Amino acid sequence: MIPQPQVRHDQAPVTESDLLLQVRDLRTYFRLDEGMLKAVDGISFNVYRNRVLGMVGESGCGKSVTAQSILQIVPKPGVVQGEMLWHRDGQTVDIGGLDPESEEMRAIRGNEIAMIFQEPMTAFSPVHTVGNQLMEAYFVHGKLDEAEARARAVELLDLVGIPAADRRVDEYTFQLSGGMRQRAMIAMAMMNRPRMLIADEPTTALDVTIQAQILRLIRRLQAETGAAVLFISHNLGAVANLANDVAVMYRGKIVEFGTVRQVLKNPQHPYTVALLQSIPGFGYRRGDRLQSIRGSVGVPIDPPDECPFRGRCDRFDPALCGGSMPASVEVEPGHQVACVLYEARS
Amino acid sequence: MINYLIRRLGTTLITVLVLSYTIFAIVQIPPGDAVDRQVRLRQTQGDVVTREEIETLRAQYGLDRPILVRYYQWIRGFLVGDLGRSTSGRRVNDLIAERLPQTVALAVAGLIITYAIGIPVGIYSATHQYSAGDYIANSISFIGMSVPGFLIGIILLYLFYKWFGLSIGGFFSVEYKSAPWSWARLQDLINHLWVPLFVVAVGSTGGLIRTMRATLLDELSKQYVMTARAKGVPMRKLLLKYPVRLALNPIIASIGHIFPYLLSGQVVIAIVLNLPVLGPLLNTALTNEDIALSSSILLIQSLLAVFGTVVSDVLLAVLDPRIRFERGAH
Repeated sequence: MIPQPQVRHDQAPVTESDLLLQVRDLRTYFRLDEGMLKAVDGISFNVYRNRVLGMVGESGCGKSVTAQSILQIVPKPGVVQGEMLWHRDGQTVDIGGLDPESEEMRAIRGNEIAMIFQEPMTAFSPVHTVGNQLMEAYFVHGKLDEAEARARAVELLDLVGIPAADRRVDEYTFQLSGGMRQRAMIAMAMMNRPRMLIADEPTTALDVTIQAQILRLIRRLQAETGAAVLFISHNLGAVANLANDVAVMYRGKIVEFGTVRQVLKNPQHPYTVALLQSIPGFGYRRGDRLQSIRGSVGVPIDPPDECPFRGRCDRFDPALCGGSMPASVEVEPGHQVACVLYEARS
Repeated sequence: MINYLIRRLGTTLITVLVLSYTIFAIVQIPPGDAVDRQVRLRQTQGDVVTREEIETLRAQYGLDRPILVRYYQWIRGFLVGDLGRSTSGRRVNDLIAERLPQTVALAVAGLIITYAIGIPVGIYSATHQYSAGDYIANSISFIGMSVPGFLIGIILLYLFYKWFGLSIGGFFSVEYKSAPWSWARLQDLINHLWVPLFVVAVGSTGGLIRTMRATLLDELSKQYVMTARAKGVPMRKLLLKYPVRLALNPIIASIGHIFPYLLSGQVVIAIVLNLPVLGPLLNTALTNEDIALSSSILLIQSLLAVFGTVVSDVLLAVLDPRIRFERGAH
């Protein structure tokens, strides 16, 4: 029995003019002594203004590296290849072709695309005040008015729900609780009114009641600013709540893509099905066993050209699954699945 | 912050008190005393030393009284600035005053050089990990750490004499040794100073490069670095504001042990290079069982070391709000 997550219904129609970021065949590889680690291996997706794209998958599937690749802040020795067309006011920049240290890239980072990280405990410097770190986001993008920066920092801290923001702005991050720090992080990301917000597991390190508050906050800010959001999470409930579209990642590849309704109510890829079966939900009765996916994701070092999920798949069929990585097949309009079960049918 | 300072100074006072007694007691542990030495010396020269003479000598040096009384007298004298008399007959104050300024100057200059070289090279090494420059810095710091300073001193002495016919021992050339201060004498001092400085600082610099590299590499992989990058902060600015700043904390904490290392590590080097600093004086004082002199030198060195620790602790509290709030605010 598959639990039925609640799905948001405000699905505005997508138009070409809302297209903000086109990622085409993104590959982020790390050359290690053990071989080539293909953390992200040829993924493509679009990000639209005023829409939330959820990205799900187990830990180690390449979700965070995807986020870091968009900002060109992948740690050494990662190398980002592929096209990332960033559209702004009739102008198009290929982020994939920019030097990570170039002025052009820096002008996008934290200004047009901002990011919220997973670990609010360690994501701030412990020896600088909250205000110092918020205002820095303002200063490095050429806005130099000290009073204005401070006013903006206080305004945002207040907006994200930090009480006594005008006092908190001068405190150190270790004086704030985990939830407060995550709010401060969101405020920091909003300093320059970004067009796109990347939230990399923003609620994973928080307890459940705080998680819900943070999700509501992100949804509210997204609705108010009309920004695009790339929401990375392994919490399917949060994704169902927040996202319009969902990309399911497995071992550096997108194995299923569609609207939230399509992917979560009508999952096609065996991996998505297994993921959904492994969340406890209302459908379970006392004594029912919670499903899990046997094995683990594994590290994609020099991965062979085959379906990455075949080793753990319940529907593995030696006759069908022997070949190379199955191509994405559209099973219904906008709903794509990369599995040999559907490839064979079409 | 004030509370923190007061508490810190209080513990320092207790430390110094315990330290002073320990020094005084340890110096006297070896069997025999200064009088025994004198008697033996005179006996080898054929003199006959009577029992009364020995007793008089003992009373003269105060060796006939119990150790606690002697400690009290010594420490009381120390507090009012009278360090007593050396067995050589000279006042300990004069003996130390001749050498203390050079000693402290050499240690402080050594400390400055250690930091001036160690920190930038360590930063370069960490930010250019596994580059040719990193390998070179690593090799040099390993050599600096593992080859004893006095050996480097001997090698330099030999090479300078062989290649340039120069004698680089001591602080002054023969003609300036007892000349009054002048520009030429200062110039001579500077010419002589850099070799002992190099020898004294090479070991601690090597160690500092290693520490700086390791702590900075550690900081560079922390999440806050990526957060700052994601904000669009330029790499160089980011480096200095966040990871270097945090990596400096353990370095500042190390002032407390590098400074005494520079003070006492000088002994053998100073003997080899014939430097008029406290180290060689301490060495002779200890072999002569000159209690007043040796315990005074040891106590002064310990005081300087404790002072270095206090300075580094206060600096840490100023630089790191976590320490300030944890220990001072409440």
